[in-house]
Amino acid sequence: MSVLLALEGVSKRFGATLALDGLSLAMERGEFVALLGGSGSGKSTLLRVIAGFEAPEAGRVLLDGADQAGVPPQARPCAMVFQNYALFPHLSVFDNVAYGLRREGLPKLDIAARVGQALAMVGLEAMAGRRPHQLSGGQRQRVALVRALVKRPPLVLLDEPLGALDAGLREATGQELRALQRATGSAFVMVTHDQAEALALADRVAVLEAGRLVQCAPPQELYESPATRFVAGFLGGANVLEGVAGTDGLLHCPAAGCTLRLTTLVPPGSRAAVALRAERITLSAEGELPPENAATGVLRGVTYQGAGWLCTVALAGGQTLRVQVPADRAVPPPGVPVLLEWPVAANILLAE
Amino acid sequence: MSRLMLALGLGFLWLPILLLVGYAFSASAIPFQWGGFSLRWFAALAADERLLEAAWLSLRIALGAATLATLLGGLVGWVLARQRAFRGRALFGALAGAPLVLPEVVTGLSLLLTFVALQGLLGWPTERGATTVLLAHATLGAAYAAVVVQSRLSQLDRGLEEAAADLGASPAQVFRTITLPQIAPALAAAWLLAFTLSLDDVVVASFVSGPAGTTLPMLLFSRLRLGLTPEINALGAAILALAALALGLAAAMLHRHSSHSGRDRGKAG
Amino acid sequence: MLRAIPFGWLLAFVAVPCLLLLVIAFAALAEGVPPFAWGSLSLEALITLTEDGFYLAAFLRSLRVAFITAALCLALAFPMALALARAPARWQPVLVLAVLLPFWTGFLLRMAAWVGLLRDQGWLNGVLLALGVIEEPLPLLYSSGAMLLGMVHAYLPFAVLPLYATLLRLDRGLEEAAADLGAGRFTVFRTITLPLAAPGAAAAFLLVFIPAAGEYVVPEMLGPPEAQLVGRAVWGAFFQDRDWPLACLLAVLLLAVLVLPIRLFQRLETRP
Repeated sequence: MSVLLALEGVSKRFGATLALDGLSLAMERGEFVALLGGSGSGKSTLLRVIAGFEAPEAGRVLLDGADQAGVPPQARPCAMVFQNYALFPHLSVFDNVAYGLRREGLPKLDIAARVGQALAMVGLEAMAGRRPHQLSGGQRQRVALVRALVKRPPLVLLDEPLGALDAGLREATGQELRALQRATGSAFVMVTHDQAEALALADRVAVLEAGRLVQCAPPQELYESPATRFVAGFLGGANVLEGVAGTDGLLHCPAAGCTLRLTTLVPPGSRAAVALRAERITLSAEGELPPENAATGVLRGVTYQGAGWLCTVALAGGQTLRVQVPADRAVPPPGVPVLLEWPVAANILLAE
Repeated sequence: MSRLMLALGLGFLWLPILLLVGYAFSASAIPFQWGGFSLRWFAALAADERLLEAAWLSLRIALGAATLATLLGGLVGWVLARQRAFRGRALFGALAGAPLVLPEVVTGLSLLLTFVALQGLLGWPTERGATTVLLAHATLGAAYAAVVVQSRLSQLDRGLEEAAADLGASPAQVFRTITLPQIAPALAAAWLLAFTLSLDDVVVASFVSGPAGTTLPMLLFSRLRLGLTPEINALGAAILALAALALGLAAAMLHRHSSHSGRDRGKAG
Repeated sequence: MLRAIPFGWLLAFVAVPCLLLLVIAFAALAEGVPPFAWGSLSLEALITLTEDGFYLAAFLRSLRVAFITAALCLALAFPMALALARAPARWQPVLVLAVLLPFWTGFLLRMAAWVGLLRDQGWLNGVLLALGVIEEPLPLLYSSGAMLLGMVHAYLPFAVLPLYATLLRLDRGLEEAAADLGAGRFTVFRTITLPLAAPGAAAAFLLVFIPAAGEYVVPEMLGPPEAQLVGRAVWGAFFQDRDWPLACLLAVLLLAVLVLPIRLFQRLETRP
């Protein structure tokens, strides 16, 4: 494996706002990276910088080791799938897909063959003669995807590719996207604000906040050991407990009214924060309170979520925790005192 | 490349106008020749009673025609935007759009024939002049007003009117409190367009007017056939100044309006 | 009820006038006011028109002048509209105003300005003489060139505005997508911008062509005496010859010739 795309300290400013702030990231050939962030995090700007639609004020974009500064979009070895698909309304599906190949000046027969092949890959051979407005949303999405893939670019940039689809269509189309990526061997950079989508599809997820790269890691690692409070909150909405470390490897959290055992060493007396996932906490009617990794509180609200219940519990120290209870367990009525317990391994120390 | 063409195009559009205005301040009796700074042609303009009379007539006709055109055109636009199916809708649409595309000589001649026929049948209008010009200009202006109002109406969110009706407003109240405020800028634009059209028209007015109704463009046209005088330059300068003044006022009003709504948005967000 | 008022107005002042044109085109001439007899039927006007080659020539000349005017306007307006649509958003209202404002100085005054610029003792000849480029005044006014100049000046904004509206609606993302797929600037323009702006360009062309075909004032003020266009023929038949049936017949024929472009224009306007 070799490095395909390298971003080195890329910065981009729009007026007074810094959209990208010294961002560095490297990805390998054939890798699938998701850029995850809220609106205004700079994820779409980053995609446009890679594609060549925006020039960064500082830093370098290297594709295959070559600096892309001054290289126009049409000369870069990457292809983009636009958020609204940007299908040419005056051209048929066939001509849309053939557009990029024609620019390469390929012979007519080759173009026809490759376009036919590409459309067959997504089951749209029968639609070749239609105009974009005669297609369904899912079909348009596939045409846009195939239009980028048919050029066999080493790098494909996808801007919220599933964003315009119905919820029901998203999961299936996402899996199709992943399969196509594997089949073609192109590297994918996908911008998304949907954490489930990012975790499900990507080899690595890069979390962006305010133009900076907060953490870039495989989905499981990102979920299980988020580096910062932002990542922990963004992925799955974890509880964050703050406290002061003691000499005995314990963290005393006054707001939660409990004591946590840390799995990593923290200098005694320093402040630290721990992420605690809602589904790792066990809720029971009040019993005996263990000395550590447990707390008591009052059940405030219960929301049914199909796979279980999401409970909010007001702790003795004033903090509120979110607790996930599986569907096969009974949930006491709101207003009842409850006991919360969790294993040591659930305590994720956040670097801040 | 295209920016250069824009600059050239604007230069082409503006050059004759700027020269016309510039030489209005020349003392020379030969138009477009510099003879030192002077306001004598403005003084001559102010003393030209025939011209002032024609200008006053044109102004009155334009005020009346624009108002009538806005009312009629508003109704036409409303029918086109809101009444989907009725007997003769295709004919209605064709007639509403016809004055936009008919050549001026055709409009003028055909309206004159109508007035002559009306006179023969009803004895009205008793003579051709200000009234017939006003009616002709209103017809022409209404066609333009209809387009402006129709496009604004079809952009409106019907949901707002339905919400008002749901909250207990009668159709008349819905129109007065919801629809009218939203199409008011379009009505103002339509009125201004009809007003300008009327003030600028020479061909239609020449056909439908009579000896009693010489409008400013008609007078200008007959004088221009005789030759150019620097008084024309002074008139051009005066009209441009008035247009710029009207435009400045309109822009200031629009600006106030938009900054108001900006604050409202700020409050909501 | 609310529909009856505008419908009645349109019937009385649009439909009836057009029918009257047709009726009077075939009426007999008569002494008095109006100079024709109601209810009479005569082919006099039609005979005059077919026997005198002057009128056929006027029609052909008018169509040619209108075509050249529209083509020139389009050629000038397309890059102007493109620059307008691509200008920074806060400059656009000012620039659009700069295109529109000449309208408000009065059509006749603008034509008068051209007369002042182009005539033998005019501004342009004065400048050229002073610079020593020429030794005697060039006969610029009352030429086909002066007439076309005036026509383009009068109708240019009609062409710029619909094109500007079309180009403004055009999704810039499509041009980016084309560039991303390997198209250079010129190819993007040729394969994306131009085809997508074509309906707007056609509308702009027709919006100039239709009124230009019947134009009377510009050829009268700037054109050569021999430039007898349909507009001038109608005017002359009506005001000079007092031959109302002939004027009406010419008007009817002008409409007949323009029906096709008018229908085309209306279809472009109502397209979704």
